[in-house]
Amino acid sequence: MNERVERERRERTRAWGLLGRGSVIASPYLWLLFFFLVPFAIVLKISVAEVQLAIPPYTPLFAWPEGGSFELFAVGDNYRLLIEDSLYIRAYANSLKIAAISTALALLVGFPIAYAMARAPRAWQATLVMLVILPFWTSFLIRVYAWIGILKNEGMLNGVLRWIGVIDEPLIILNTDIAVYIGIVYSYLPFMVLPLYANLVRMDRSLLEAAADLGCRPAGAFWKITVPLARPGIVAGSFLVFIPAVGEFVIPDLLGGSGTLMIGRILWTEFFSNRDWPVASAVAVILLLVLIVPIVLFQRHQQRQREAEA
Amino acid sequence: MRANPGGEAAFLRIEGVSKRFGSVTAVDDVSLDIARGEFFALLGPSGCGKTTLLRMLAGFETPSAGALLLEGVDLAALPPYRRPVNMMFQSYALFPHMSVTGNVAFGLRQDRVPRAEITARVEEVLALVELSGLARRKPHQLSGGQRQRVALARSLVKRPKLLLLDEPLAALDKKLREQTQFELMAIQQRVGITFVIVTHDQDEAMTVADRIAVMDRGRIAQVDTPSAIYEAPRSRYVAEFIGDVNIFEGRARAVNGGDVMVEQADAPAGLAAPARADGPAAGDAVMLAVRPEKIEIAPGPPPPGTANAMAGEVTEIGYLGSVSTYRVRLDSGKTVVSTQTNRLRHGGGAIDRGARVHLSWPVEASILLRS
Repeated sequence: MNERVERERRERTRAWGLLGRGSVIASPYLWLLFFFLVPFAIVLKISVAEVQLAIPPYTPLFAWPEGGSFELFAVGDNYRLLIEDSLYIRAYANSLKIAAISTALALLVGFPIAYAMARAPRAWQATLVMLVILPFWTSFLIRVYAWIGILKNEGMLNGVLRWIGVIDEPLIILNTDIAVYIGIVYSYLPFMVLPLYANLVRMDRSLLEAAADLGCRPAGAFWKITVPLARPGIVAGSFLVFIPAVGEFVIPDLLGGSGTLMIGRILWTEFFSNRDWPVASAVAVILLLVLIVPIVLFQRHQQRQREAEA
Repeated sequence: MRANPGGEAAFLRIEGVSKRFGSVTAVDDVSLDIARGEFFALLGPSGCGKTTLLRMLAGFETPSAGALLLEGVDLAALPPYRRPVNMMFQSYALFPHMSVTGNVAFGLRQDRVPRAEITARVEEVLALVELSGLARRKPHQLSGGQRQRVALARSLVKRPKLLLLDEPLAALDKKLREQTQFELMAIQQRVGITFVIVTHDQDEAMTVADRIAVMDRGRIAQVDTPSAIYEAPRSRYVAEFIGDVNIFEGRARAVNGGDVMVEQADAPAGLAAPARADGPAAGDAVMLAVRPEKIEIAPGPPPPGTANAMAGEVTEIGYLGSVSTYRVRLDSGKTVVSTQTNRLRHGGGAIDRGARVHLSWPVEASILLRS
């Protein structure tokens, strides 16, 4: 009798255990399902519809009139437009170019910062990491607005340069691609610095001593030892900057000129100005496909890294 | 293999070297001469300054005072990458992104050695450490013992004048460590390079080294051959650091011929030890050190009036296979350790725990230390 109670209790506990474990495993998948797959399916659905003056402003995907048969309305016109009108292709290409150059600049600026942080005395390092994260305490939008004040013709930068006598005429930076690069590098620098720092701080310094011991000068050891070993950090930081930079809208809109063609702005125009939800959705779907390539590459790299470490 | 044979200038001369880190003196006025081709060990507990001394030789630390001369050339002016010295690191410090070949060839590539010669020398040194089949593996695909060999090969391949080894065997398990000690000696004899090894393991130092410097808090306590360090330690620190030892404190009574007679409560006829050149005068407080294996243990008493004889009760017997360790409590309460070889199978059965026994040892087995 007592034994049966005991067994039942154990089975109940096991059932709860399985349920608990199941829900822990399921939660990321549920998250992906509700906040990525379902919204994506909706966008995909809109992207094969046609514009109509109604609420919502697009045709339904299917109809099943009473007494009639199931009808599916899906058109490829929106995608055809993206290919036929060179504006879109140029915008995609330009976004990739701007993102790639910004990523390279962020790496160039971020590596010395991360390196200095990793080499700083242990006691300072937590503070330095805090300082890198500190800008996030202010709204992203406000920080980008602040750059307008710095970069404009009568802005702080030109004021200082004129005051110390470097220039006579103000530099025209605002509303050019240069301002966009500055904005992206500034905004995404922490995403470059933090993975690089996490990587560099773990590096065994006796490796550099070993290199010196074997006749390698410090500069040589940097390129032959530090950089190859920092590769996982370089790759992670670069993807974390590159992927959001491709779809960036706020920075080119506020800092860039009318000629700064980026896909994020096209998306905005199609959606809000033209109220052409189907084309905007098609732009978004293609943007996702364009970004899936680097994301998959990134995943592969992470996977290999984990396997190598195991 | 004494340093400085025939008055020739020492191969490696360490002259009054000190190293201070802030208020801490890690190495305190150390002077040493090391001969060409010697296998020299720096031995001491952690924090005694041995690793700091080694790192100064490699060039990773700068001496606060003193000079390091290799074949008469001051090393201070040379950065690590210019010194004809290579180091094998305790952590091995293998480059994880390079294969075994890449690691071993790294030093030769820095010197722009021709490609064909690099290949030949890497093959040669990998054969020396018996790693030929693993040339293309990455460090993480190797066992601990194999990594240790790669590190050794990498530090040997440039044929340095001086090879520094920082606790080279510490990460290996006991069996492998003992086997590797003999291989290390064989390799040193084949390549003829001067080795300076840092270790905290006295057995390792005794096994591999021609001479040992025992270090204590930044200073050299004694430099000697392994047998001299063991048989004739000059201080209690050295006697206790190397092997096990029984220490008896007493007062010198008289110098009788070549022997010093010492009064000690447990020995009715007193203790006797060979006198030292700087030997104590009668009345001085002295210490006698006696190694456990030199103390004879017997059920019956020696003839009355014999020096170095004591009686007590066996409190513990540790059977270690080849030897047994007896802990004997003397009448004063002091415990003396004696080891006896188990020459006969189940030998020594005559003495059991709790038995009353008599301890004795020859005069030459006593080592006189100054208090």
